[in-house]
Amino acid sequence: MQKINREVLLEKAVALLESNTVSCVLGWRAGEFDYDVTPFVFTDAADLKANFVWNDFCGANFSKYLVAKTRKHEGKILVFLKPCDTYSFNQLLTEHRFDRERVYVVGVPCEGMADINRVKSIAGDGISKIEFEADAMAVSTLYEDAPIRVSYADALSERCKNCKSKKHVAYDELLGDAGDVIDSNRFDEVEALEKMTPDERFAFWQKELSRCIRCNACRDACPACTCEKCVFDNPASSLENKAPANSFEEKMFHIIRAFHVAGRCTDCGECSRVCPQNIPLHLLNRKFIKDINEFYGEYQAGAEVGSRAPLIDYTLGDLEPGEVFDRGDR
Amino acid sequence: MQRIGVFVCWCGTNIAGTVDVQAVSDALKHEPGVVFSDNYQYMCSQAGQNMIIDAVKEHRLTGIVVCSCSPRMHEATFRKTAAAAGLNPYMVEIANIREQCSWVHKDMATGTEKAIILGKAAIAKVNLNAPLTPGESPVTKRALVIGGGIAGIQTALDIADAGFPVDIVETKPTIGGKMAQLDKTFPTLDCAACILTPKMVDVAQHEKIRIFSYSEVESISGFVGNFDVKIKKRARFVKEDVCTGCGACVEKCPMKKVPNEFNLGMDNRRAIYIPFAQAVPKVATIDPNACNMLKNGKCGVCAKVCTAGAIDYKQKDEIIEEKYGAIVAATGFNPISMEKFDEFAYNQSKDVITSLEFERLTNAAGPTAGKLLRPSDGVHPHTIVFVQCVGSRCASCAEKGKEYCSKICCMYTAKHAMLTRDKYPDTEVYVFYIDVRTPGKSFDEFYRRAVEEYGVKYIKGMVGKVSPEGNKLKVQASDLLNNRQLHIDADLVVLAAAIEPDKSARPLATMLTASMDTNDFFTEAHPKLRPVESPTAGVFLSGACQGPKDIPETVSQASAAAAKVIGLLAKDKLTGNPCIANPDEWMCNGCSSCEKVCPYGAITYAEKEFRMPNRTTAIRRVAQVNPAVCQGCGACTVTCPSGAMDLRGFANSQIIAEVDAICK
Repeated sequence: MQKINREVLLEKAVALLESNTVSCVLGWRAGEFDYDVTPFVFTDAADLKANFVWNDFCGANFSKYLVAKTRKHEGKILVFLKPCDTYSFNQLLTEHRFDRERVYVVGVPCEGMADINRVKSIAGDGISKIEFEADAMAVSTLYEDAPIRVSYADALSERCKNCKSKKHVAYDELLGDAGDVIDSNRFDEVEALEKMTPDERFAFWQKELSRCIRCNACRDACPACTCEKCVFDNPASSLENKAPANSFEEKMFHIIRAFHVAGRCTDCGECSRVCPQNIPLHLLNRKFIKDINEFYGEYQAGAEVGSRAPLIDYTLGDLEPGEVFDRGDR
Repeated sequence: MQRIGVFVCWCGTNIAGTVDVQAVSDALKHEPGVVFSDNYQYMCSQAGQNMIIDAVKEHRLTGIVVCSCSPRMHEATFRKTAAAAGLNPYMVEIANIREQCSWVHKDMATGTEKAIILGKAAIAKVNLNAPLTPGESPVTKRALVIGGGIAGIQTALDIADAGFPVDIVETKPTIGGKMAQLDKTFPTLDCAACILTPKMVDVAQHEKIRIFSYSEVESISGFVGNFDVKIKKRARFVKEDVCTGCGACVEKCPMKKVPNEFNLGMDNRRAIYIPFAQAVPKVATIDPNACNMLKNGKCGVCAKVCTAGAIDYKQKDEIIEEKYGAIVAATGFNPISMEKFDEFAYNQSKDVITSLEFERLTNAAGPTAGKLLRPSDGVHPHTIVFVQCVGSRCASCAEKGKEYCSKICCMYTAKHAMLTRDKYPDTEVYVFYIDVRTPGKSFDEFYRRAVEEYGVKYIKGMVGKVSPEGNKLKVQASDLLNNRQLHIDADLVVLAAAIEPDKSARPLATMLTASMDTNDFFTEAHPKLRPVESPTAGVFLSGACQGPKDIPETVSQASAAAAKVIGLLAKDKLTGNPCIANPDEWMCNGCSSCEKVCPYGAITYAEKEFRMPNRTTAIRRVAQVNPAVCQGCGACTVTCPSGAMDLRGFANSQIIAEVDAICK
């Protein structure tokens, strides 16, 4: 359950909108289901008061929206950012993807977001209503008479269990208290993969990636994937036909994508969150992050604006390609 | 659709020996776009080139694939041929079927198969080639010489004499380098100082030469004809233009116990010092690690005694920025550390010395004023053992020494032995050697003289162990020709330590983007035909930084490098490389990744207005490439996440077409 409730956010948004500090608010409204909250651009205070939503399903990282939104929209945009979103926000600023002056950032502390699949695994399908009580969600389904109580801890998504930071690295205004960077165990799963034999690892990824339906949701949600034209959509790139050139085509798509965001991925976890097939795509990116940390020293993309990712930097201390090769060989 | 001609070269038997050239030209005949395919004994010969020109005319070719040697060898030749036939020179592709194929394969079948695949890749690329036109860039008519030893001095003098300004950057307080530390020089035995110091004075007095001593190169950017260099002039705490070099400060400095690096630590100097009497510039330098005034503000004697008022304790490092058209690396060498050679007891006894230390011991300006005395007790040594190849030709002990021959040791050891016997006939002199190598004008005669006239005892074999016992050094060695073990009680052991490139060479190579070999010697553009040029345009090599060399060889190479620099600086404009980066503004995200990896600073950004869907417009930040600065290295193209950056002549689509052709 989020400590800062909807009313606090709403009050802030209405005040900023009515004082013309911002001309629109990037927020959430109810979707078809209670867990299906949908990002929405509010321009009207009345609409905002009636339809604004803030709960444990507001997982979407809004920083990417700003690239298109600042281009289309006049005036300043109010955006609510959770701590992890602010890393993506900074990374996009580093890449000059939008104008900082066009955005008003309100930092929202986050207690971790729920994963509907975990809720469903406890409460079952046919969810008709979710109510947020102090210590648990009360989940009503079509098949049960009484609501099933799902604790927030049980509902917590993987990325939030391994949350790397409660600290907002960018904001104009912060709601609640400032948090800290967390010493998380987010690389444990990567280590488990590294311990596998190459054959086991290949089998693991084949099993996971073969479920991919190439819906492009990971790419479309990823805040690092903001290319004007994606290489996979560009016939002139000579790459667009490489992904399906293999009987196990999805691996090419995901591996190429992981390479493209290497050094820029902030590990926000949107790729895995939006995947309709529940493929743990964040593991590919996390492997890159772990390797970068080990090869070039700790680096967190987006921790500060203008930082130079090790992959596009050169220092005399950089390790030689041979050392990387030897490591892979071990 | 291109009309491509394929020309397969035999290179005598170099290619034809392991590649069936007829099979290659037949197989490539049916590739897409190919309208003509043939083979010939020497494609680079006039007859071979005429064959290409005729085929272009007869078959109206639009593209050419030459299956021959490395493009480093003859790409320029065949581009000229294409131009002579009226084609754009960049419509030529080379398939390297020699270095990358025939030379590495022993079997005709596999060699031929690979040659065909390489040919197919080149054809796939030419199908996507487009004519390119090079641009021009101006030349800054000034040269930078890095290193002020005899190599740097000779190069600078020759360039300056041709009328171009030259700057020398030297890390030490004086120019002169290793040669200034030597006593006599082989094979004519003239004194090193007598022939070097006039040259140093010439440098100092030359109106076209500036010396930045006690300085180092901080950064280098730019490219041939247009290098931007930052030079850090370290604070010497003495105003260079005011100091007269009188030496009063040195005499009065109370800090007397600083190891004198010019004499390799065999005596002491003061905290303020002039390395040697003929130093250029003859200016005092304060050692900030030794000077009490700089360390804790207590002293100030030198400032009091300096009548010129040259002492400035507040002096700061200074950064000088200058533009150069050409850069010469002349960073020289050092003897390797003897730390790992415990068997010779270098660390245990003061009387085990290196040959360079021996030079100082016999030098009239050295710690003993030229008298050959043992460092431990100042007694004249009666038995001296010289050990050659210490750390040289050390294939089996690469962690200790070097695999290569250091080249100069045989001759200087012969010199040392001969001079010792000449001055002190009562001295027994032994030289232990693996081989005596004396290829050079008057070199063998010199060595024979040491043996025959001076009675130096040359023994083929290596010293196994040196153990200090009392005031003697017990030398245990093998005499291979007589198949016996020798035990010699020596007073002095001199080790001919291998030489290695100066430690500053590696970071300099990185700044210059110049290539090095595994031993950190600079690599030349061609080992035989372009020995004084680095593969990096505008960078030249002088002296031992390119490989072990004696003085005559160093001076010849230094002059050769100067000739190359003069040739470059004499030009007003350089024709650029048209294979440069080319951003697609529509696809550019403006993310700055390319800007960050560009080693030449060729990429800038501009805000541009674009028409977007639904009659909207957007102002976007997009990359722009300065064609005069871009060197076509391609770092940006592989960094660009959206593939907006492409390299003309090496477009991503062309590279992938090549890979596809190979993997098909």
